[in-house]
Amino acid sequence: MSGRDRVTEVPVRARGLLKRYGPIVAVDDVDLTVGEGDIYGFLGPNGAGKTTAMRMLLGLVRPDAGSARLFGRDPQHELPAALDGVAGFVETPTFYPYLSGRKNLELFAAFDGGDAPSRIEQVLEIVELRERARDKVGGYSQGMRQRLGIAVSLLRNPRLLIVDEPTNGLDPAGIRDIRELLKRLAEQGMTVVLSSHLLAEVQELCTRVAIIRSGSIVYEGRLDRLAANPETSYRLRPSDAAQAWNVCNQQSGLRNLRRVGDELVFIAAERTVVELSRALVAAGVGIAALIPDSTALERTFFELTEGSPGQTTERVPE
Amino acid sequence: MLTAYRWELRKLVSQRRIYLGIGGAAAAPILLTIVLAVQKGGPYDEPLGPNMHTSGIALALVVLGLAARFGAQLATALVAGDIVASEDADGTLKMILTRSLKRSQILTAKTLATFTYLLVLLLVLLAASLSAGLARRGFNPLVDLSQGRISPVRALELSIAAFAIFALPLAGIAAFGILLSVLTRNSAAAIVGTLLYQLLMEGASSVVHVPVLGHYLLASQFDAWHGLFQTPIDWTPVIRASWDSALFTIVPLLAAFAIFLRRDVTG
Repeated sequence: MSGRDRVTEVPVRARGLLKRYGPIVAVDDVDLTVGEGDIYGFLGPNGAGKTTAMRMLLGLVRPDAGSARLFGRDPQHELPAALDGVAGFVETPTFYPYLSGRKNLELFAAFDGGDAPSRIEQVLEIVELRERARDKVGGYSQGMRQRLGIAVSLLRNPRLLIVDEPTNGLDPAGIRDIRELLKRLAEQGMTVVLSSHLLAEVQELCTRVAIIRSGSIVYEGRLDRLAANPETSYRLRPSDAAQAWNVCNQQSGLRNLRRVGDELVFIAAERTVVELSRALVAAGVGIAALIPDSTALERTFFELTEGSPGQTTERVPE
Repeated sequence: MLTAYRWELRKLVSQRRIYLGIGGAAAAPILLTIVLAVQKGGPYDEPLGPNMHTSGIALALVVLGLAARFGAQLATALVAGDIVASEDADGTLKMILTRSLKRSQILTAKTLATFTYLLVLLLVLLAASLSAGLARRGFNPLVDLSQGRISPVRALELSIAAFAIFALPLAGIAAFGILLSVLTRNSAAAIVGTLLYQLLMEGASSVVHVPVLGHYLLASQFDAWHGLFQTPIDWTPVIRASWDSALFTIVPLLAAFAIFLRRDVTG
């Protein structure tokens, strides 16, 4: 495959990935497509199969069926070439505790070859570990190890970064730092695939999402589309609640309309909400806030990930 | 691949466990010298042991004989059994397997690093035992196993060759340790398993009274260097140790590579 072909291939394309451990199906017929520039969230409860799927993407685990391609190359049969431009880690990034942070970076850079060794100072700067680089990793906090994990990934100057639960076990400041770091990297054009069991994290960071439950994808697409499904609840804070109440009552497609203090709460499809906002403005009602209720998204998420398999294994259309 | 090999050596040097073996190799000859000085006797049951009171070179050969039964296999198992399994358990294996090296290159580097450790171990053992022996008894001729007299220079050359021949079956032990390290993914299990393997070999060689079979067990090859101290030199055990040890090294290594190249890394 020529370099030009590789540039035109999508960062991740997986079809029908299946992995069994004895009688347990860890990953069941998983399809994934991650486009260039996506911040792609792989969302699901613990044990849903996220890490196993990511291991298959990185060539650490062989699928029993299906295939994965990273920029068009198969990580099962074309390693290490399939990982050109790809970096990441699964579960907690681990290092040699008896070596310093810098020595660990030197080791991984040496394993990468090319100009990776020349990027050590730069990546230490990016993850803000320069001052602790000479300390042995054995004395690092969990947050520092996570940041070192990202530094090790950045040594490869990747176009695709795959990180598994990058904020797991971190304190709030550590979580904030890692999320900001991932945002910065994405802004610089890097495609990011991150797994998480935290809906809020995926909401904050990701443009697209795959929700996995019991090894199967139950939703793939934009997260806001999931939130905008017909069951989404909205809160409206109008300038005139009485007038707004009248407008809402005349608007078709609204359900469960009720008044809560100065706010109106209702359930509607996104298209209906657009029509309603126009009607409100036409009626001279100002809109101080019109907010999709995140609890509805959470409810949808929990229904997708905790409902009975028969109810929710079908893929929700985008 | 050389890069990976260099880093495997650096990792080994940074770990305390290898100094158990190296330290033991350095201390054992000195301790033996002290013990023999105190008890005023000698290890007459050891081949070339009677030379201990006349030639310093003999200490190296007595130490080699004792190392075949105590220590060398333990030091080997500690490193070989740990070399893959510890990285698997600690999770660093998954980190290095997502870099720009092939799995085969990584396991080759680990294998070479293990063998390098064995060579260093034996060199330290040789240097320490020669130093201690020469300091106590001097650079004197040796009476070989056929009661022939060997000049000090010739005895020194043969002693170095004896250590080299001793390294061959030790490589076989290391190869089995690496196989268990890959297979079990558990450092302790691989180390204990390697020692059990050695004990089974020892046991089998003493139980199996069929010479045709007993001569080809790995444990028997640790005594192959005795052939160098016959007049004339008996090359038969040396040649047998060469190909027999090679077989005991290559087969486990091939199995280790076959497993390592295909296995899932879930640690």
